[in-house]
Amino acid sequence: MIDSLNRLVRRVPVSALYIAGALPPFVLFYMAATGRLGVEPIEALEHELGALGLKLLIVTLAITPLRRFVGLNLLRFRRALGLLTFYYISCHLLVWLFLDVQIAGQIWADIIKRPYITIGMAAWVLMIPLAVTSNNRSVRVLGPRWRQLHRLTYGAAILGAIHFVMLRKGFQLEPLIYLAVILVLLGLRLTPKRPRSTAGIGFRP
Amino acid sequence: MAHRWKNDLSPADATPPWAYLSRRALMLGAAGAGLAGLARPLAAATDDALKPNDWDEITSYNNYYEFGTNKGDPAKNAHMLTTSPWSVRIDGLVDRPGNYDFADIMSEMTIEERIYRLRCVEAWSMVVPWNGFELADLLAMAGVQDGARYVAFETVLRPQEMPGVRFPVLDWPYVEGLRLDEALHPLTIMATGLYGKPIPNQNGAPLRLVVPWKYGFKSIKSVVRITLTDTQPPTSWNKAGPREYGFYSNVNPNVDHPRWSQATERRIGGGLFAGREPTQMFNGYGDQVAALYDGMDLAENF
Repeated sequence: MIDSLNRLVRRVPVSALYIAGALPPFVLFYMAATGRLGVEPIEALEHELGALGLKLLIVTLAITPLRRFVGLNLLRFRRALGLLTFYYISCHLLVWLFLDVQIAGQIWADIIKRPYITIGMAAWVLMIPLAVTSNNRSVRVLGPRWRQLHRLTYGAAILGAIHFVMLRKGFQLEPLIYLAVILVLLGLRLTPKRPRSTAGIGFRP
Repeated sequence: MAHRWKNDLSPADATPPWAYLSRRALMLGAAGAGLAGLARPLAAATDDALKPNDWDEITSYNNYYEFGTNKGDPAKNAHMLTTSPWSVRIDGLVDRPGNYDFADIMSEMTIEERIYRLRCVEAWSMVVPWNGFELADLLAMAGVQDGARYVAFETVLRPQEMPGVRFPVLDWPYVEGLRLDEALHPLTIMATGLYGKPIPNQNGAPLRLVVPWKYGFKSIKSVVRITLTDTQPPTSWNKAGPREYGFYSNVNPNVDHPRWSQATERRIGGGLFAGREPTQMFNGYGDQVAALYDGMDLAENF
């Protein structure tokens, strides 16, 4: 089953993911501008883009565990998913800057004074070097340091989820589910690697 | 009651149904014409700043966590709430404690229209044409005793009709409180209607408190109990976050919420390109209510 799924997935061009992934912010913006996102379109657009980015980040983080524990290989989509995450979160930030707050003085005050905004900004800043080095040349030039650098994804994910938990009022379940899923996906990476192959060594003649 | 409050917003400020209906028809046309829909917020920006929000805005964008935490959840789920029969238990330091039937209350009260600004603690605002009666009149019906200093309120709690209470977002039931002089102030009303119609469930049917100079969460919905006490009653948001929500929660642009600024607000209905407006002290009702807080440090008593 997994093999046929892997074969099927291999036939999907990565470019299709880029194109499909690029569209939602435009569609959402059009919906917001024409009254289809409710009576408070700025908040709706901002929250929708943030949630999409966080969901995509979760999918990106799921690729390694899916390959290791399920055998499903989606590795060739990981760069596209990561870059699309950065694109959604950048759109989220742009909406906050230019449609939500608008006032330059208040933007800076919010970034330094409001912990959830500070944390959200930090998560976005962590993603900048990742987006910049998401190309074959950078992988070649940085060598093993590329892998180390891209562990910043883990930090960005945790900060992103905390940002979501902090902005809700009262004790709410939804953002805690996002945080829990991210922690589980990161925790899976800590399990010891290849227990089967080490067991296999003992049986070799 | 020393004096009755005079409305500074006249019925002419309320959007007549033909106006918002035609605006919606225009919207549909604009949406059909594609990006022409962008023109709507620009047109709205030139409207009178005190024009009430339309029915759709007031009834589709609500915070009523008993029905869910998303703004659209109350409109989706509040139909489950049974609002008839309804009675309000008035007890504590009153001469005539008891269960007051909603219909009996309505037959005793004078219903007026009050067009009030509503400022949510989340930094958005509306203008709402309420129908209701002064809370002071209801309290007089029960007879406030001399020792009473505070009024405690409680929202109905019916898990089988309120999907949002399955999760402890807040310590249910929702409770609120006012100082007695705040409760007796002529601006403080119990709203029972909106645009001349019975108040929809998502807005707090069949009767809810409206205290226009305080953040919206003080204006507790679907009230089933009013208790006169001599001690400051607990309030739901204060219990959930004492650092973020004080007992008074007067609208105050100079005292920020720890997580966001309260200096500005966004009027609902301006569309995608609406700017923020400065928030007014006591939500613009300072002339009427500032004297209630003479000598108090409002940053301390937020």
